[in-house]
Amino acid sequence: MAELEGIYTLWLRETKRFFRYRSRIITSVVTPLLWLIIFGTGLGSAVRFGNMPGGYEAFIYPGIIGQTVLFTSIFSGLSVIMDRQYGFLKEILVAPISRPSIVLGKALGISTAAVIQATILLLLSFIVGVSMTPMVFILCVGIALIMSVGLGGMGLVIAAFTDSMEGFNLIMSFIVLPMFLLSGALFPITGLPSWLQTGVYLNPLTYGVDALRYAILGESALPLGISIIAISVFAVLMVLVSSIIFSKKEQSLM
Amino acid sequence: MGNIIETKKISKKYNGFLAVDSIDLNVPKNSVYGVLGPNGAGKTTLISMLCTILRPTSGMAIVNGYDIVKQAKEVRASIGIVFQSRALDDILTGREHLEMHASLYGVPRDIRQERLDEVLELIALGKKADEYVKTYSGGMKRRLEIGRGLIHHPKVLFLDEPTLGLDPQTRENIWDYISHLNQTSDITVLLTTHYMEEADKLCDEIAIINQGKIITSDSPRNLKKELKADTITIKVDYPDDFVEKVKELNFIKDAFLIDGEVKLMVESGENLIPAVVEFASNEGFPVKSVELEHPNLEDVFIKFTGSKISSEGK
Repeated sequence: MAELEGIYTLWLRETKRFFRYRSRIITSVVTPLLWLIIFGTGLGSAVRFGNMPGGYEAFIYPGIIGQTVLFTSIFSGLSVIMDRQYGFLKEILVAPISRPSIVLGKALGISTAAVIQATILLLLSFIVGVSMTPMVFILCVGIALIMSVGLGGMGLVIAAFTDSMEGFNLIMSFIVLPMFLLSGALFPITGLPSWLQTGVYLNPLTYGVDALRYAILGESALPLGISIIAISVFAVLMVLVSSIIFSKKEQSLM
Repeated sequence: MGNIIETKKISKKYNGFLAVDSIDLNVPKNSVYGVLGPNGAGKTTLISMLCTILRPTSGMAIVNGYDIVKQAKEVRASIGIVFQSRALDDILTGREHLEMHASLYGVPRDIRQERLDEVLELIALGKKADEYVKTYSGGMKRRLEIGRGLIHHPKVLFLDEPTLGLDPQTRENIWDYISHLNQTSDITVLLTTHYMEEADKLCDEIAIINQGKIITSDSPRNLKKELKADTITIKVDYPDDFVEKVKELNFIKDAFLIDGEVKLMVESGENLIPAVVEFASNEGFPVKSVELEHPNLEDVFIKFTGSKISSEGK
């Protein structure tokens, strides 16, 4: 009971923070729109892609939702670094609640932020000419939720090993951007050179994007079931790993 | 009454550096106990171990009857902590900080509101309680942190340098607040400080610590009494030579040179000033100024360590 309350309290704090940093919400909606409208339309007009019903904009739409979930989740996970710098993490870590509850509360808060942003993008589907039904909407929100728990957990793991925001650029270049580019958000993942294929299939984001693409456009490289299993396993794994790391590294995090 | 905190040969080593060197500390229940020492003496390390933030390298400690390593969770539930560095979230309000803390520490829902009101009244944030913490002054932030540390009615409140960086007015307010708290509720306060005045005014008992070791511990009054001495501070030309020369006078118990001033430990100093001045002039050390002080904790510290506690201490 006390643990549940602790999880709720930490979730509430994350969510409040999300709504209070308005500029962050605005950027996180504007950036994907720029991708969709400018990049999508531009590349879609310049190059003719075969086998893409609905055009290139529609094709990358699920990918851009995946990107938003990725960015929001990882960066919210990294906010632990800020908490640590401002000393607030100490206040949380000396509380008499278990480390897994702390990680879970934080991860759920991150998911909430990511799902809200995914929802906004789903509601804007008309921009790329994709029709949205309640069923598709619910399925997509579910997929985004599972993805964000895993990616948020990953953000927490990275944060536990990063001392300051100085490491931010490294994380951006070596983790976040490769994950985005290797996810098949911007290109079909079939028929790639094998080295690229390997990278794509090792990337957990690929399965999330593929599942979203199946839900929204009704076509995908992998069966929906496989993708859902992959992102669920990733989510459980990341929450477990970050719980273990937070328990083990507790002393050095404070 | 008994002790609420007991440590046995507790030590902490960082990469070969012994920050806390087998300390035995006994803090009586419901006292205000001060750990006094210069920066880097090991105060924060000691307090961090007692708060379960750091694990001791060796030795053990009991807080409120619980072992700090084996029963860390129980220890955490019995203590309130105000860290030396700020631990607030800029974008939450004061009230939200208190609410969050109350639920993390499992304050039952039905009494939570009551506790919140109680603490808010105590820390007197007024309307500011519902504004974001980033708009608070240093003193308000500190009061909020102290209030937060109290909301779950801890048995022990740890205050790590509670008034560091605050203006004198706010400092006095916080002292009054801590004394009042200790008198009116069932709480033991353990505070670290390098302000002599703070230790002197607030604490029932203090332990002086330097280089990771407790040098002495007693009530401030007894520590001062032990000196049986007044301090004559004298400024002369060539203080290095004078400090040696002056020891020839048989009533001088001890003489130190600190920051270019010579400090003489004597008994009933007011009667001896003329003799000291005359001696200095005769020996060819022109006297620039003379000052007489009755003992304070700074002198206690100087006596035990041979150095000044810090440039900020008075």
